[in-house]
Amino acid sequence: MRELSLHILDIAENSLRANANLIQITINEDTKNNTYQIIIEDNGIGMTKERSEKVMDPFVTERTTRKVGLGLPLFASTAKRCAGDVVLHSILQKGTKVIAKMERDHIDLPPLGKISDTISSLIHSSAGCDIVYTHKVDEFSFTLDTREVKKQLGDVPLNDPLVTKWISDYIRENENYLRKKGALS
Amino acid sequence: MKSMADLERVRKEAQKKIELRQSDERKQVIVYMGTCGIAAGAREVVASIIEELEKYELSNVEVTQRGCIGLCEYEPLVEVRIPKEKAVMYGHIDDQKAKRIVLKHIMDGIVLDEWVVKGI
Repeated sequence: MRELSLHILDIAENSLRANANLIQITINEDTKNNTYQIIIEDNGIGMTKERSEKVMDPFVTERTTRKVGLGLPLFASTAKRCAGDVVLHSILQKGTKVIAKMERDHIDLPPLGKISDTISSLIHSSAGCDIVYTHKVDEFSFTLDTREVKKQLGDVPLNDPLVTKWISDYIRENENYLRKKGALS
Repeated sequence: MKSMADLERVRKEAQKKIELRQSDERKQVIVYMGTCGIAAGAREVVASIIEELEKYELSNVEVTQRGCIGLCEYEPLVEVRIPKEKAVMYGHIDDQKAKRIVLKHIMDGIVLDEWVVKGI
C-alpha cells in the first residue's frame, strides 16, 4: 500500500469482520527512540494461539472466496522494509491486537497519507462499531472517540453525512497541528 | 479549530434535515473494502460517495462496507441496492465515477450500464 493509513484501514476491516464493537487505533511516533508504531486492537472474536501463529502467511485466510489473504502479510512486508515488523496477539473470544513497529527515519517508510479519510470512512460504514483513534508524537497527542461523539449527537446517527464531514475535518485539523509538532505526513 | 462543542451545532443541523426528508425507503450502497479494494482505491470511492450524499442532502442512503468477494480484478466495486429493484454491481469505479453513480443511479434511478460488471 502506498500509505500507512491504507494499511490501517485494511487491518481495521479485519476487526470489523471479526465482529468487534470497539476498535482502538493508535499511532505512536517517538522521535528519541526513532520508532513509528501503529497499533490496531479490537474486541472481536479473536483466534486460537495456533491460528495466530499462522496468520501472517498469505495462504492462511478466513476468506472463502479466495485462498489468499494479503492484508497482514503486506503490512508486515512494509514494516520489514523499514527495519521493523508486525506482531499479532490474539485471545479467542476476547480480541486481537496488531502491532507494527518501524524505524521512523527510514527512507522507505510510506507517508501516513489521508488518515482523516481512513478514519471517517471507517466510522461511517462500520454500523455500530466504536472507533478510538489516537495519534501521539512524543508528548503531543489527540484522540477521537466515537463514544464521546455519540454522547453529543443524541438521536442523530454517527453515519449522518454531516457528522462524517465533521469527523474528517476534526481529524485533518488535529493532524495539521501534530505536523507542526513534528509528526510525519 | 474544531472541537467537540461543534457537535451540538452539527446535531441541530442534522436533526433539521432528518425531519425534512421524505419517508423514502432506505437505499443501500456497498463499497467493497477487502485488501484488493483498498489497494485499488476503494477509500477514495467511499469518501467521494459520502461527499456527494452530503452535497445533495440524501439522507435515506446507507453506505456500508463489505470484504473481498473474489472479483478482485474489477475492484473498486460498488453495489447499489434499491428496494424493489435488481441489485447492480459496478466495477473499476473511481472517485469521479462514484459521483456519477450517486447523481444518475441513486438520485435519478438510471443504471450506468457501461460500468456494470458483466458475466458474473
